[in-house]
Amino acid sequence: MFDIEKIRKDFPILQKKVYGNSLIYLDNGATSQKPRAVIEKISSFYSYSNSSIHRGVHFLSEQATAEFESARNRVKEFINAEQNHEIIFTAGTTASINSVAFSFGEKYIKAGDEIILTEMEHHANIVPWQMLCDRKGCKLKIVPINDNGDLLLDGFEKMFTPKTRILAMTHVSNALGTINPVKEMIKTAHANNVPVMVDGAQSVQHGVVDVRDLDCDFFVFSGHKIYGPTGIGVLYGKEKWLEEMPPYQGGGDMIKNVTFEKTIYNDLPFKFEAGTINYVGAIGLAAALDYLSETGREEIEEYESELSGYANKRLSEVEGLKFYGTSANKISILSFLIEGIHQYDAGMIIDKLGIAVRTGTHCAQPVMDHFGIDGTIRASLAFYNTKEEIDRLYDALLKVKQMLG
Amino acid sequence: MRSMTLNEIQDEIIDDFELFDEWMDKYNYLIELGNQLEPLNPKHKNNEYLIEGCQSKVWLHAELDNGSVKFTADSDAIITKGIVALLVKVMSGRKPEEIKDADLYFIDRIGLKENLSPTRSNGLLAMMKQMKLYGLAFFVRDE
Repeated sequence: MFDIEKIRKDFPILQKKVYGNSLIYLDNGATSQKPRAVIEKISSFYSYSNSSIHRGVHFLSEQATAEFESARNRVKEFINAEQNHEIIFTAGTTASINSVAFSFGEKYIKAGDEIILTEMEHHANIVPWQMLCDRKGCKLKIVPINDNGDLLLDGFEKMFTPKTRILAMTHVSNALGTINPVKEMIKTAHANNVPVMVDGAQSVQHGVVDVRDLDCDFFVFSGHKIYGPTGIGVLYGKEKWLEEMPPYQGGGDMIKNVTFEKTIYNDLPFKFEAGTINYVGAIGLAAALDYLSETGREEIEEYESELSGYANKRLSEVEGLKFYGTSANKISILSFLIEGIHQYDAGMIIDKLGIAVRTGTHCAQPVMDHFGIDGTIRASLAFYNTKEEIDRLYDALLKVKQMLG
Repeated sequence: MRSMTLNEIQDEIIDDFELFDEWMDKYNYLIELGNQLEPLNPKHKNNEYLIEGCQSKVWLHAELDNGSVKFTADSDAIITKGIVALLVKVMSGRKPEEIKDADLYFIDRIGLKENLSPTRSNGLLAMMKQMKLYGLAFFVRDE
């Protein structure tokens, strides 16, 4: 059973007071808080098990390596990948995307080729592809959005040409909360022989993601947004692509044999894991995934959906409040503005009431440009948030209106 | 009566803010100051005078008038504008030399230091730097 009181006790930071008020943390889209299981796992690993992986013959190194590889297996199971070596550990979503853009780009992209993105991408899924375009002379094509924040798919299939090399798109919009119909879009892309990279930074923590069911070619996400530590991320790639693509970075662990004349790269997944990878991060991430599975991923999805519905209803009662991102298919992200009030002013007042929200462009300037705004206030909810917290956000917004309206 | 020095104005602001125990009172006061700020000439509210932050925008205009620098400014966010008004109050009407050498300690002392963090990106830190650059530019020109 989903016991919210018990869950809240698992997250020590939720007991914190901010400016004399109980903290209400509604900035989960930026980063999530960590359950005790993750904090203790990291602490105990450093206290009793720490050693460099894949290098020593000694007891600790073997134990650390086994635990790290077991974390890889845990990630594989969590997203239902087929093989462990299709899971590459990176520093985070941004690092994963840069890795795909570089390695895929080196192998398959030449001048005149086309890459399809959507209008709702986070800057992390725009800039690496622009850098690739600068290097290779390829160009970007953008799937537009409508005013609900849904992708406009009428002309989608026609965007594919013999020059299209990859579709890189977000699963869930970080600024609007829209859940994109990735599975159908992947089918269309594959029918045109185009592989797809899905940015799962905002999706994998909110529901069950099955990469084999989606049939995506690459899937990337961050540890810190899924209740795990910072500095660890995942790049899932189908074996075929990862085998063919050259590595992104060179260094230790990713090689089989090095002479000054030639280097033979290591096998997957090590080919893409140069240097000492953040193994403690990976082990902490595995603890977070265990925690989510034990709590119940379907139950989390259900609870968040109910909470999101309540928040939507409550915030609608604030006069002059306008939502950005009103798709019928959304996760628990509420992006909004109050008429005549600057989001930054609102954010400063809300902060002093102990409530953490994000204000600004959310690293998605093209989305803001679409709506002709400079930014929004974003409340992004997690399964440890409650209806009472939403009520306090509602009261805070009334205070904002009273002071600034 | 002699006019107040730059630091005397800073100290006066610090005294004013000591009256407030509550954050909301502080913000209400800043909102009031923002609303009372002498308006920026609309022809200066353009990209040439814009100091862009990603959270809020600030416009700053400076001119030399009888040996003193007159600053006028605006912001699209009202609390930012209140802090802008304080900076104008401290810096405007002073000699270029005073401006370029000004040690603006009052922001920290009134508890608004977080607003000057480089990562906050609300245009205020850049505005302070810009004011001092104007001071330096006018100082060099006058030499």
